[in-house]
Amino acid sequence: MKRALVIAALGFSLAAGLAVAASDPRRSGFDFMSRETQAMQKDDFSNPGMLWVQDGADLFKARTGTSGKACADCHAEPSMKGVAARYPAFNAKTSRPIDLQGRINQCRLDRQGAPELPLEGHDLLALTAYVAQQSRGLPVSPATDPRLEPFRRQGEALYKKKLGQLNFSCADCHDANAGRRLAGAPIPEAHPTGYPLYRLEWQALGSLQKRMRGCMSGVRAEPYGYGAPEFVAIELYLMSRASGMPMETPGVRP
Amino acid sequence: MARALINVPATAKKGEAVEIKVLIQHPMETGFRTGPDGKLVPRDIIQRFSCTYDGQEVFAAELHPAVAANPFFAFFTLATASGPLIFKWTDNAGKEESQSADIAVT
Ligand code: HEC
Ligand code: HEC
Repeated sequence: MKRALVIAALGFSLAAGLAVAASDPRRSGFDFMSRETQAMQKDDFSNPGMLWVQDGADLFKARTGTSGKACADCHAEPSMKGVAARYPAFNAKTSRPIDLQGRINQCRLDRQGAPELPLEGHDLLALTAYVAQQSRGLPVSPATDPRLEPFRRQGEALYKKKLGQLNFSCADCHDANAGRRLAGAPIPEAHPTGYPLYRLEWQALGSLQKRMRGCMSGVRAEPYGYGAPEFVAIELYLMSRASGMPMETPGVRP
Repeated sequence: MARALINVPATAKKGEAVEIKVLIQHPMETGFRTGPDGKLVPRDIIQRFSCTYDGQEVFAAELHPAVAANPFFAFFTLATASGPLIFKWTDNAGKEESQSADIAVT
């Protein structure tokens, strides 16, 4: 009896792997996946997102731009720890929030003297995955700058706004119907903890914005463009909604 | 050079079955899809993957267009001698890539 209990407890802690405290009702998209897909995410040798992380590690060390500097020349490697967990952050230069990809591009432009990398292109995804992977396991800790508040509220309003010909809001699926199924696929709670992540359907790594664009075309709405302020606002809201949940980058999703 | 994640145990006992895992970055473009210009995207797939160890081919696989991007191989082999495991893969244009990993057998 005692042994059975110990084994059951062990099984639970393994299954819970990445989950938040048992009393927390929130569940990462990870918890809605099959065991096989979970195993793929958990093993760095089978998680295809790690291919991008390694490309990102090389890019981080590559000297480029008019400065002739690499990211690593200014950023000692552990310094990126925890950064992804508190983005989007307030950008004093534009008086707006900026997400991690935007922040990396700002360093390219201002500090490296190199052109911005195309959004959703391989190199920017790789650098972002490399930076964000250093926050893996750390709790999402949204930036507290009060100047972000109006943007967070805008993100929440957009999340609750009906969209597209099918007239669904993000909340209609991800709050009201989370855990239920849509055409066979479980509807997750839309936590942004694993991005950029490897989606089996994409056969590639993609950003949170790519994921959201997919949901928007799913309800026959015209998706916002990559880098749109609306997306950054929704990212801010999703991060505050996921506050305290562990970062998973690079996640894997079906 | 193509990126691959190779997981071979650093050490093993002679006669022990060891698990080998290899994840290769590759688009596995089927040759059936059209690009934004409406033209077919040329096929670009790995056709054959093999692992040679201690003078013997211990694992080989043929791949086809239906295999997803970034193929993952996992298999077992018996640890017989210290030395390299050599992984080779060839694409449909005949281009060969190779990487290796060492195992110490005691
Ligand atoms: C009609 C229902 C529906 C609507 C509306 C919808 N989604 Fe989704 N969303 C899904 C489903 C289903 C998935 C799971 C994807 C899959 O497996 O195909 C998903 C996945 C996601 C994920 C991925 C979560 C993870 O674990 O990686 C995020 C983030 C997300 N949606 C955000 C949004 C946002 C933001 C909106 C509003 C702009 C939205 N969704 C609108 C159904 C919806
Ligand atoms: C010439 C030095 C320099 C180079 C090169 C450089 N950075 Fe930066 N980076 C900085 C400085 C200084 C800051 C913080 C001050 C600021 O806000 O600009 C910063 C801030 C950042 C931040 C935000 C950190 C935080 O805590 O919010 C990220 C992320 C970042 N850099 C990533 C990169 C990446 C990725 C590269 C390479 C593509 C890079 N940086 C190249 C100097 C540099």
